Amino acid sequence: MKFDTSGLESTASVFGTAGSQLVDGFSAAPAFELPTTTDFDGFQKEAVQMVKPAKGTTTLAFIFKDGVIVAADSRASMGGYISSQSVKKIIEINPYMLGTMAGGAADCQFWHRNLGIKCRLHELANKRRISVTGASKLLANILFSYRGMGLSVGTMIAGWDETGPGLYYVDSEGGRLKGTRFSVGSGSPYAYGVLDSGYRFDMSIEEAAELGRRAIYHATFRDGASGGVASVYYVGPDGWKKLSGDDVSELHYNYYPVVSTEASEPDRMVEA
Amino acid sequence: MTKQQARFEPYDFNGGTCVAIAGADYCVVAADTRMSTGYNILTRDYSKIYKLADKCLMASSGFQADVRALQKVLGAKHLIYQHQHNKQMSCPAMARLLSNTLYYKRFFPYYTFNVLVGFDEEGKGCVYTYDAVGSYEKVGYSAQGSGAKLIMPVLDNQLKSPSPLLLPAQDAVTPLSEAEAIDVVKDVFASATERDIYTGDKLEIVILNADGMRREFAELRKD
Repeated sequence: MKFDTSGLESTASVFGTAGSQLVDGFSAAPAFELPTTTDFDGFQKEAVQMVKPAKGTTTLAFIFKDGVIVAADSRASMGGYISSQSVKKIIEINPYMLGTMAGGAADCQFWHRNLGIKCRLHELANKRRISVTGASKLLANILFSYRGMGLSVGTMIAGWDETGPGLYYVDSEGGRLKGTRFSVGSGSPYAYGVLDSGYRFDMSIEEAAELGRRAIYHATFRDGASGGVASVYYVGPDGWKKLSGDDVSELHYNYYPVVSTEASEPDRMVEA
Repeated sequence: MTKQQARFEPYDFNGGTCVAIAGADYCVVAADTRMSTGYNILTRDYSKIYKLADKCLMASSGFQADVRALQKVLGAKHLIYQHQHNKQMSCPAMARLLSNTLYYKRFFPYYTFNVLVGFDEEGKGCVYTYDAVGSYEKVGYSAQGSGAKLIMPVLDNQLKSPSPLLLPAQDAVTPLSEAEAIDVVKDVFASATERDIYTGDKLEIVILNADGMRREFAELRKD
């Protein structure tokens, strides 16, 4: 099996082919090394167990009248251990396109980086930016070619192209959906609840950002695998802009201010 | 009877803990020197810290054979880089190279847990922390390896700075002097050694600052 890593080839070849003899093997296009075992599935299962990729996330994106809002939490966990509270789950592919990351941290990070390279090459070859449709299909086709090999990616590609705002959901099972409202990750049911009940197409940018932030906050409140900082990005005709980044434990006190307990304590659980 | 076949078991776990702290004008990286397999201690004096460039160090724990293979690959790639560009690789570039090198073995991973330290383009200390298949993040401090779960909460308590994701951004420099950082490192290792059987024997501390590189050793429990 030959893997497509063409986007990653070293640019060192501009120094001529004489050099490649010298460096022997290192300037060759890198290919993924496979274990020499008859039981690839069993090996993968065990290897993945040892390196336990980060799972558990809340990400969302939706289209409204002025563009696209993309929001995410920032927690990474390995089983019950929180390995980071400051992960950048919204990946800046280029000034007009964002990707979100859910599933395996390395899989998402690497293939989004790869997509960024491919998008830039498209731009140089065609003298115009790639469409969101095209970019999402580029990623979906790569992920499809690795189907069944254990990649774990659940992503949304959001951006602004010649046709206006664009939003696609792409996953490592080969799925690719166009839509106006998505949420991905273990916290997505909670985020969808807030998102679906508060969504209107004709929201202002401020209202839309607040809806995204609220949806992430409520997901981090109910989903143990989500937390940290709720980041909100907006993509419009002039590209993306980060609108906010708030620690969710501080958002909690904005949404549910501590009330004076003089009169009564209605929050206290009482045995009936 | 069905034919029996030897199971493919390419990995061992040799333990060990690595810690790194970055400051405004320095960085500290430390690792214990014990190497074990199961309940057996193979050696009490094996360095986990590898010098990749003059201002770039990598500390690795996990499976020693993979650690060594990874060190050799990165060393070779850096040598080629030096021949092609007539300069040493910057730390952010080395960080990206390490990420790609780890991911190229996504389906047969290096069983290694790494931290990379050095100085960024502005000359500020930086720490990059990795998982085994190459996802990475720039942080102010990090612990990797068998004692990481014991050490990270202490570092969070002592050194945590505002998240870089916050907007409006807040200044996020480790609020410690070089000498204080070294003391913290010595303390967290002494504590991890009390509760982690894979950590102990000796602590190797490497300090990078404007004066260059300095190496210190401290004794840890040997039981």
